[in-house]
Amino acid sequence: MDLTAISPTLLIASLMVAATPLLLAALGELIVERAGVLNLGVEGMMITGAICGFAISVETGSPYLGLVFAAIGGALLSLLFALLTQLVLANQVASGLALTLFGLGLSALLGQSYVGVKPPSMARLDLPGLSDLPFVGRVLFSHDPVLYFGIALTIATWAFLKFTRAGLILRAVGENHTAAHALGYKVVRVRILAILFGGACAGLGGAYISLIRVPQWTEGMTAGIGWIALALVVFASWKPLRVLLGAYLFGGLSVLQLNLQAAGLAVPVEYLAMSPYIITILVLVLMSADKSRAPASLGRIFHASS
Amino acid sequence: MLTLERRPEPNRRVALLTPIIAVVTTMIVGGLLFGALGTNPITAIETIFWEPLFGEFAFYYRPQLMVKGAPLVLIAIGLSLGFRAGIWNIGAEGQYIIGALCGAGVGLAFYPTESWLIFPLMVIAGAFGGFVWAMIPAILKTRFGTSEILVSLMLVYVAEQFLASMALGLMKNPEGFGFPGSRNLQQYASAHNAELFTGTGMHWGVVAALIAVIAAYVLLNRHMLGYHIRLTGEAPRAARFAGVNPTRLVLFCLGTSGALAGLAGLFEVSGPAGMVSIDFNVGYGFTAIIVAFLGRLHPVGILLAGLLMALTYIGGEIAQSNLGLPAAAIQVFQGMLLFFLLAADLLTNYRIRLARTEAA
Repeated sequence: MDLTAISPTLLIASLMVAATPLLLAALGELIVERAGVLNLGVEGMMITGAICGFAISVETGSPYLGLVFAAIGGALLSLLFALLTQLVLANQVASGLALTLFGLGLSALLGQSYVGVKPPSMARLDLPGLSDLPFVGRVLFSHDPVLYFGIALTIATWAFLKFTRAGLILRAVGENHTAAHALGYKVVRVRILAILFGGACAGLGGAYISLIRVPQWTEGMTAGIGWIALALVVFASWKPLRVLLGAYLFGGLSVLQLNLQAAGLAVPVEYLAMSPYIITILVLVLMSADKSRAPASLGRIFHASS
Repeated sequence: MLTLERRPEPNRRVALLTPIIAVVTTMIVGGLLFGALGTNPITAIETIFWEPLFGEFAFYYRPQLMVKGAPLVLIAIGLSLGFRAGIWNIGAEGQYIIGALCGAGVGLAFYPTESWLIFPLMVIAGAFGGFVWAMIPAILKTRFGTSEILVSLMLVYVAEQFLASMALGLMKNPEGFGFPGSRNLQQYASAHNAELFTGTGMHWGVVAALIAVIAAYVLLNRHMLGYHIRLTGEAPRAARFAGVNPTRLVLFCLGTSGALAGLAGLFEVSGPAGMVSIDFNVGYGFTAIIVAFLGRLHPVGILLAGLLMALTYIGGEIAQSNLGLPAAAIQVFQGMLLFFLLAADLLTNYRIRLARTEAA
């Protein structure tokens, strides 16, 4: 094998690209879980966002419009989850699974005529001067805008949870919904909004895969990234900045794994391809010793009568 | 204004009715979906639910009901035990694959020896493979408190990669002219899970599924362990005071569901599928989740739900070839069923009341 074939510049640059869908989806799920709701439908919302964004981009020729509709598509699907768990009081685990199964089917149905189509590409950010810097310019200053949006969203989420009144209410609802209800906060409304935000983020993350990272449409193309995003929230102890760190770590691993495949490491491709999932399990094991940071009302059904 | 009022206890009559409500609603909404896709909704629903049972070629499709229903029922029975106790094994697809690989591996290792002992050995190996794969999330859960949901699901992707590596590598047919996939077990009499009665679709997997249904029924209704499972699901605190050992329960539920999924995988790979190939698994492990819920986590219910789901698979294939309905439409249809079922569950636990708006 030839390790010199792996360029550190490209490796870091593509690491950031690989991390972005994870980051977006995990940030959305983080807000959902901080509001006390466990939505296991991330994978389903991501893949729905992926095809919504792809289809709209291809039809209109505008990747930006595609991204907007991906977020809308993800949010619409999450609305189903919100209705089921918040108004109809269904079990959250089962509803999340239903969302994933339904989303996978729906995306396959919508995507039939888009297999093999090439989407319009998104212009990279090009800052004169900065983007031309050696190494740093290539690594930091010549990506697509969504990647920067992801980083900005991380900081915004952190600030929202830490400094704003709305963030405080969200956390209160997640920690103790009965107390929040007694204080007069609309538990169900807060949670529905959080779920919609989570859906929009997951949809955006999915569209990032189909429009920028890959870019093409294949059935089931999210390949478990939604589930890894769920694990990432646990890994990050429900803290936004740690989600960023975790996403870059996972992004790095998956890119490194692909690079090693290309460089011809003497390990069969399949074993390299399973490594991100195995590492996710290991990380989960390491992080699950401390459960105290999980929102206290996570996954519990709220009904004002009880 | 409509308000919800919690019932003192779940209404059992309504609980029996909800699957029927869900199926009918799914038929209506699914029909609308098929209509939107340009197919006559009534023809589509008729093709899916009537054609396989009473249509012109029903003699061919009816046995298929057994073939497709057996793995679904077998997996769903295992899953339902855990689901009842709040233990979520959603990685049955992975356990199914590993079970199939272990079982087929034993069979292929003996090739071309002929002996009646080979098939029983494969069955044991299949169950064992699924069991071991399910023990990973079980032990991590009991030892470190890791979420069994995420671990069991991650292991599906690991299993799929492992399957690819086996189908293209170790288990590849040496006389297969370079094509991927193992030897065809259907052509190896000692390892073939053949039909027990020609033309019925009845193979050993069907027998195992029926035994599982009866065993689960007895376990849940007549055995202490089954009582503990139900108690843990319905009143976790009470279960703890009653001295239920949660560790043992997790190991038992995950282990059993893994072994059953492994068995289902083995019966599939040595029978209807015939060989280890990259994509011999068709998502039964995930569909079985829907079957378990649709059957109200009750053994008899699961048996009926498994048959119904098998019907949608077969009917879906007919609709695909006759009406040009896309395969994904059936997947959407099955997902929708689970949605409506969860929504209809509301009626079991709550009463909908027309209430006057109270003054604030």
